[in-house]
Amino acid sequence: MSSSTDWPLWEVFVRSRRGLSHTHAGSLHAPDAEMALRNARDLYTRRNEGVSIWVVPSSAITASSPDEKDPFFASAADKPYRHPTFYEIPEGVKHL
Amino acid sequence: METTAEGFEAAFDAAVAADERIEPRDWMPEAYRASLVRQIAQHAHSEIIGMQPEANWISRAPSLRRKAILMAKVQDEAGHGLYLYSAAETLGTGREELLDKLHTGRQKYSSIFNYPTLTWADVGAIGWLVDGAAITNQVPLCRCSYGPYARAMVRICKEESFHQRQGYELLLALSNGTPAQHEMAQDAVNRWWWPSLMMFGPPDDESAHSAQSMAWKIKRHSNDELRQRFVDICVPQAEALGLALPDPDLRWNEERGRHDFGAIDWAEFREVLKGNGPCNEQRITQRRRAHEEGAWVRDAAAAYATKRRAGSVPAEDGVRMMEATA
Repeated sequence: MSSSTDWPLWEVFVRSRRGLSHTHAGSLHAPDAEMALRNARDLYTRRNEGVSIWVVPSSAITASSPDEKDPFFASAADKPYRHPTFYEIPEGVKHL
Repeated sequence: METTAEGFEAAFDAAVAADERIEPRDWMPEAYRASLVRQIAQHAHSEIIGMQPEANWISRAPSLRRKAILMAKVQDEAGHGLYLYSAAETLGTGREELLDKLHTGRQKYSSIFNYPTLTWADVGAIGWLVDGAAITNQVPLCRCSYGPYARAMVRICKEESFHQRQGYELLLALSNGTPAQHEMAQDAVNRWWWPSLMMFGPPDDESAHSAQSMAWKIKRHSNDELRQRFVDICVPQAEALGLALPDPDLRWNEERGRHDFGAIDWAEFREVLKGNGPCNEQRITQRRRAHEEGAWVRDAAAAYATKRRAGSVPAEDGVRMMEATA
């Protein structure tokens, strides 16, 4: 054991400043959550890119598969009436 | 959606044609995957091997300011290597495997790092020319068809511009200094100019992977086009430095609207690539030794993690204090 192949992969999310959501920045290997946080700080926030970091074991993420893209997201595609641009408003009408 | 092999391939081709990005879990041709792993691995190796020639000067930097800058730059190179190893990993190739291939000479790194850094001015020439050439190569890679590689390049390019500017400023200081300092700067430029031009790879008609990489939109411009672009950028920068580029054939071509430049010594390039450069042996030996001598750190971290999972060591507050919601 003990080589870095045994170290789990972590996904790193960084909040770049207060008021914004955490955004995925990348991934890294670390033996535990604490080291993952420290490594993430050194790797992804060397220039004040963040005020808060989350690290999540990659294995804990459940993802929709891009291969199933069509059926999975299809139900939204035929509902243009969910967008404001779907509606015709007479010219000159304001604040709509 | 069609789920046959042809269906997947058609979806891949359509995505590339539409300038969309390919993401890790998408179907992709095996040759595309292999080509990306080869290129990203070589790129990652170049970043971490590239730490050596400059780290050579950290303890001898002429001022605290220059020393802090150089340490930050070398640390960035380590970071760039890690971004790239992560990108390679999304293709199913682990870090351990890539490092092993580097250490056993089965994967390459950029041949530029097989040249020695003889004087302090070399640190400046590397920043200006080597990082400058790297940026010229890398900016188009920000639009590479493979998403994780493109995203790593965006981050890297942002950081590289500091690398280039600090080198340029360093050379300018030397060039405007004493005659001996000026001469040192000129000597460094003389030695780094041609190897920097070689960084763009062999001429288009001899480049083994170029055509397919461009069809897949991994590469966006040919080696010769990027090399020309770099020369055109460097000429006025050299003038502002008060330093000469060591090429008697370098001149403005009114008709082409670009600079003509002399023939590159490709025999030298091939020799260095084959392992016969001035520092090949030293670079790889030092890399192997760093990896072996760092084994106890990796072991200790792993042992600590195991111990903590068993509950005998409490977690630090910082870890428990994560925010509950976004």
